[in-house]
Amino acid sequence: MTSTLSALATAVATEGGHGGGQAVAEATGVFDLTWLLIAFPLLGAAILLVGGRRTDKVGHLIGCAASIASFVMGLVLFFAMVGEPSDGRAFTVQLWEYVNAGGYSVDVSLLLDQLSISFVLLITGVGSLIHIYSIGYMEHDERRRRFFGYLNLFVAAMLLLVLASDYLVMFIGWEGVGLASYLLIGFWQHKDSASVAAKKAFVVNRVGDMGMVLAMASMIAVFGSTAFDVVFSSAEGASTGWLTVIGLFLLLGACGKSAQFPLQSWLLDAMEGPTPVSALIHAATMVTAGVYLIVRSAAIYDLAPDARTAVVVVGAITLLMGAIIGCAKDDIKKALAGSTMSQIGYMVLAAGLGPAGYAFAIFHLLTHGFFKANMFLGAGSVMHGMNDEVNMRRYGGLRILMPATFLTFAMGYLAIIGIPPFAGYFSKDKIIEAAFADNWITGLATLIGAGITAFYMTRLMLMTFFGNRRWKQSELPHESPPVMTGPLWVLGALSVVGGFGLLYLGAGIVDWLAPVTGEAHHDLPMPLWLLITITLATVVVGVAVAWAMFGRRAVREDVPAGNAITVAARNDLYGDAFNEAVFMRPGQYLTRSLVYFENRGVDGAVVGTATAVGGLSARMRRWQTGFVRSYAVTMLGGVAVVVLAMLLVRLP
Amino acid sequence: MNPTNYLVLSIILFSIGAAGVLIRRNALVAFMSVELMLNAGNLAFVTFARMHGNLDGQIVAFFVMVVAAAEVVVGLAIIVTIFRTRRSASVDDASLLKL
Amino acid sequence: MGEAALFWIMAPIAVLGALGLVFSRKAVHGALSLAATMISLALFYIAQEAPFLGVVQIVVYTGAIMMLFLFVIMLIGIDSSDSRVETIRGQRVAATLAVTGVVLLLAGVTIRATLPEEPAGLAQATPDGNVPAIADAIFGTYVWAFEVVAALLITAAVGAMTLTHRERIVAKATQRELSIKRFSEGAPGDAAGLPVPGVYARHNAVDTPALLPDGTPSEDSVNRVLVARGAARSTDEFRHHPTPADIEAAAEGDADEPAGEPGPDDDASGGERA
Repeated sequence: MTSTLSALATAVATEGGHGGGQAVAEATGVFDLTWLLIAFPLLGAAILLVGGRRTDKVGHLIGCAASIASFVMGLVLFFAMVGEPSDGRAFTVQLWEYVNAGGYSVDVSLLLDQLSISFVLLITGVGSLIHIYSIGYMEHDERRRRFFGYLNLFVAAMLLLVLASDYLVMFIGWEGVGLASYLLIGFWQHKDSASVAAKKAFVVNRVGDMGMVLAMASMIAVFGSTAFDVVFSSAEGASTGWLTVIGLFLLLGACGKSAQFPLQSWLLDAMEGPTPVSALIHAATMVTAGVYLIVRSAAIYDLAPDARTAVVVVGAITLLMGAIIGCAKDDIKKALAGSTMSQIGYMVLAAGLGPAGYAFAIFHLLTHGFFKANMFLGAGSVMHGMNDEVNMRRYGGLRILMPATFLTFAMGYLAIIGIPPFAGYFSKDKIIEAAFADNWITGLATLIGAGITAFYMTRLMLMTFFGNRRWKQSELPHESPPVMTGPLWVLGALSVVGGFGLLYLGAGIVDWLAPVTGEAHHDLPMPLWLLITITLATVVVGVAVAWAMFGRRAVREDVPAGNAITVAARNDLYGDAFNEAVFMRPGQYLTRSLVYFENRGVDGAVVGTATAVGGLSARMRRWQTGFVRSYAVTMLGGVAVVVLAMLLVRLP
Repeated sequence: MNPTNYLVLSIILFSIGAAGVLIRRNALVAFMSVELMLNAGNLAFVTFARMHGNLDGQIVAFFVMVVAAAEVVVGLAIIVTIFRTRRSASVDDASLLKL
Repeated sequence: MGEAALFWIMAPIAVLGALGLVFSRKAVHGALSLAATMISLALFYIAQEAPFLGVVQIVVYTGAIMMLFLFVIMLIGIDSSDSRVETIRGQRVAATLAVTGVVLLLAGVTIRATLPEEPAGLAQATPDGNVPAIADAIFGTYVWAFEVVAALLITAAVGAMTLTHRERIVAKATQRELSIKRFSEGAPGDAAGLPVPGVYARHNAVDTPALLPDGTPSEDSVNRVLVARGAARSTDEFRHHPTPADIEAAAEGDADEPAGEPGPDDDASGGERA
């Protein structure tokens, strides 16, 4: 611990203030090939989606190869970057000009720096593991090739998101991951619930996207550009009001993508997708895009304290909401989804703390990527062996039958509740420290969150792997094949050593990210050892309570009535009901009244006019006999009228 | 002699022609009635030319004749074509221009 | 004075011709009545110092246009006469009202107008005579209108040709094809061609049926257009109707002439054929 502090202190001493000030060099050498990162999975997606049935046999291999190639490329770039001096690790790769409209131009260029390479490694690394896992998980699905195509599409879009050097280009990736998420949540589209969940995710994400669009529009209005370098370098000169507005819009975008309050409702339903999707997209990578967005926009948030406060509030609310929801869910994936919400709430909260928290947000994001993907894949492994049963009340005692799954899951479990020396301990503890350093309320929120996390994760562990066997199927649950347990072991190992390794290996992640995010020292209101003790005590209390409730007593197979909070949590804290009552119903009434007005008012006027004209012409058409001689009479009458008129005019 | 008499004659001929167009069903007769009306108009032009000592009236009458000739050529061709397809020279039979 | 005489003689003729046009039942009569009106109008033109127009009226109108009308009348059917029954309800009333209105208005205009008692005359306007003056105007002041009218005439001629042109949609059958067709489709009896119309002392014309070798008249020999129009002579007229004397003679010479004359049976069949 002390060494961490000293490292922090030295870093703060040398560098303060916000990030984005790092010099960005034109990419040369191997960095010129950054675009390959995106090209590999994009090519894979194109082959798989365009190739059709011809690629059915090798589709999963192509998908894995594309993802792994991207990962290898990411590793090469990472080590090349490590070889560079610490202040020269940001590179921009100019590809082509995307838009040039007068004074506003958008270049498609990639920004490769410490932050984006971290994401690249997370996305491609965890992504590759999940690709491999999916080979086994989706083995019996006849649309497996398409699944891998979508996964590759997702990886490509996500890489574009984190590598873009312009908000607009980033938005393309942003929408791309949204599309891939939609396609993958609704992958089993024959299930009504899956297609509804996909639609819901898409619609809720659109709300967040409006925030992104508005943020970009505001940037164009204020800075005349959406390029990172322009925006960040001229942020100093902009008014605080505008920066706050942009920050809040960006926060709205982040809320949509990262399932933060008040746009959290889609994530729980998104669990309708195949489990590898939940692991990759809805736990490890895509949902963290909001955190990336906030950290990347550090230069804006640093100058807009009000927006940062909003970020902290949103993060705190979400972390508690997610934790409470996670406590009540019996569906193993939904419990994990609540946990994901909660953990991302931690990251957002940390990101809202400013330079003091950015690095820890990313740190927790990475470790969370490891252990949450691990646990989701573990849950998928359990489901795989349990004939796709997701209700934890039908599990029990699986640790004997699925030892590999149990062991790896346990590593993830210990990591997430923050038991040293597992990964989650380092990352979450840093966030709690930073929160307490900021103020008591956020600190308490994170502390309580840690306690609840321990409770619901212990509950999940106990209900799934311990206790009485509640499954009734004739077929015994079985361990998954090695192609699935392999990635579990890797991720399990990362869950164990990831935190320690990231924090202390080499320069450590805080120093690594410092050129991008900046650093700030925080003063704890209490001694560090006290805080750590309190945190661990809280965690232990959570575990003990869970043990008392689910470990000592046999878990009931039917759902108990539960108290008010439990019922509320089962209903996602009435988030859906709120949305329904506040947005959907009034929207429906509005559209209904508009339709009524349209039918009766507008259509009535239009149709009425048309009917009147039609009736009139039906009568007037009687005049049109088609007889030339009748027309001749009319003409002669007309001549008479004209002559008469001329006479009258000339009369005086 | 008072040239107004010619004008009165012109009016009479014009009116008879108009009545012919309105009353007769035979396309040829109706067409000839139109010619009669044109001729009545020509008579008025010539009379006015003499009455006012201005040659322009005669020129206009000349042009009316030429245009009438062109009109007759096309009109008769149309009548022949209609007759060929419908076996009728009645203007009332060609009454499809209605709903 | 002479002009007044001319007017009072020719004006009634013109009006009568116009009325004849409107009230004649046959188009050809109407055309001839109109020709009379036009000729009288030509005379009026000449009387009113417009000799050129008078001549043109006769040559173009009476000569060319009216002849064109007559040709078309012949094409369409010279002797078809119109029914006088008005088929459009209210047309007569409306026509009467409209024509009366126009007459009243034009009369009103003429009466109200202040017109000179004596015409000014064209002596001043046409110092070199009528035709040179008209030529001057047409090829001088109105040359552009003249050119346009010339173009109009040509267009009209082309238009008339286009309108009356008939496109041949199947190739014309050759003599050989017609022969083959006659043998393959027609009755064998007609293979040599239809019998030509008969020629008799009283009727030296195509409307008379031919007599076949057995003495019966052949309907096929008469053009069927003539038959349809009722212009052909009936075959019955030339059939041999046995008189009572003939029957007697036949009864007497029954044994002499076994090849009997056409009997009542033949008659009956002939009647059916008719």
